Amino acid sequence: MNRPKLKQWQEPVNIDAYPVGSTCPSDHLTSINAGWRTYRPVIDTDKCVMCLRCFLLCPDGVIDKSGEKLVIDYDYCKGCGICAHECKPGCIEMVKEEK
Amino acid sequence: MIKHNARNLTNEEFFYGHKACGGCGESLAVRLTMKILGERTFAALPAGCMSAVSFIYPNMAFTTNAIITPFASTGAVASGMAAGLKALGIENTQTVGFAGDGGTADIGLQALSGAIDRNDDIIYICNDNEAYMNTGIQKSGLTPYGTKTTTSPAGKNLPGSITMKKNMFEIVAAHGIQYAATASVGYPEDLMAKIEKAKNTKGTSYVHIFAPCPTGWGHGSEVTIELAKQAVDSGLWYLAEFENGEFILNKNPKEFASVENYLMAQSRFKHLKEEDIEVIKNHRDAKWAKMRKDWQQK
Ligand SMILES: Cc1ncc(C[n+]2csc(CCOP(=O)(O)OP(=O)(O)O)c2C)c(N)n1
Ligand code: SF4
Ligand code: SF4
Ligand code: SF4
Ligand SMILES: [Mg+2]
Repeated sequence: MNRPKLKQWQEPVNIDAYPVGSTCPSDHLTSINAGWRTYRPVIDTDKCVMCLRCFLLCPDGVIDKSGEKLVIDYDYCKGCGICAHECKPGCIEMVKEEK
Repeated sequence: MIKHNARNLTNEEFFYGHKACGGCGESLAVRLTMKILGERTFAALPAGCMSAVSFIYPNMAFTTNAIITPFASTGAVASGMAAGLKALGIENTQTVGFAGDGGTADIGLQALSGAIDRNDDIIYICNDNEAYMNTGIQKSGLTPYGTKTTTSPAGKNLPGSITMKKNMFEIVAAHGIQYAATASVGYPEDLMAKIEKAKNTKGTSYVHIFAPCPTGWGHGSEVTIELAKQAVDSGLWYLAEFENGEFILNKNPKEFASVENYLMAQSRFKHLKEEDIEVIKNHRDAKWAKMRKDWQQK
């Protein structure tokens, strides 16, 4: 999977350690979004025809199309359900997360 | 010019891990725009949802250079960034501003007008979710008639907002801008084609993107794209361009899809009575009569 990765982050320990100017570098993720999800999209990769509509329309860009089959970055999927709703052959199922 | 589709679109993400609500239309508009503009993009975002969800210290969701601007100054800051890049001799870059409907049609109008007047080489995106969402759903100049917001409540005397959407696209075009277009996240290929045109425009370009907001509109997060498409199909939004001084209507439905189906899927419109919907339809018909008469069709 080719998606930005979670970064290690050390809280500044004193005032001098806080950045001046730009607050932090680009591509700087220090927390994940997985906890937002009530339902998890699960792709039936055997049924999937690779039309890539889900990849195109995911607001979070978490569906990776670089491999032979689609892969979802569950660290950042919010479970919005757009992918499942827009998949014409209906091969994405929204499965309740267990807590 | 490249014809973008899901297949040839880069797998790389430039706007990632943001904290927008699930199913947020604006975040899809920013994501797709960034994918077309690419890694050498400098973005300016005023106060509004898209800056609030991506610059949450120490998180930063843009993988490129991006800055938050004062609310009123997207156009001015983007102009300054483009000038700075030029002065530093940094080449092959794109400068883009992403502002909301409030940030564009109301408070940022003057700065945008100035940028177009100077024909600065920037791309200005108006992310239109039809209200000031980041501060809790207040009416803007782009909120349509009959919308329930916190500052246009619906009740016995009023049907919610009593003004029509400002003709922002025509206001921008009236400047004689190089390129302007309207788009919708419900028509992503059309949207990407317009961003590609804006990218290849020397001088100022403007793309006005219709983007549903599940939180502010009160609809399921999964139907964002469907609603964005329905808005166009029912004639409550339109896909158009302004190029070489001419207006072009890109999509002219023979018959409009149901306005009621579109409205009733959203809690901001649930209170509307038949007579309110009549007002909305009459306004739509008058606008389309004018567009069909005066604009080219391609
Ligand atoms: C000068 C100024 N006035 C008001 C605000 C408060 N404010 C921050 S975001 C926002 C709403 C933005 O609405 P819009 O531009 O439509 O973007 P959206 O949040 O809907 O994407 C407001 C009123 C501010 N930050 N600065
Ligand atoms: S939308 Fe459905 S069929 Fe198309 S690529 Fe996604 S999972 Fe496969
Ligand atoms: S549920 Fe939403 S965030 Fe998750 S993969 Fe589908 S479209 Fe993307
Ligand atoms: S309030 Fe609306 S525009 Fe703002 S992040 Fe949530 S869905 Fe997106
Ligand atoms: Mg808004």
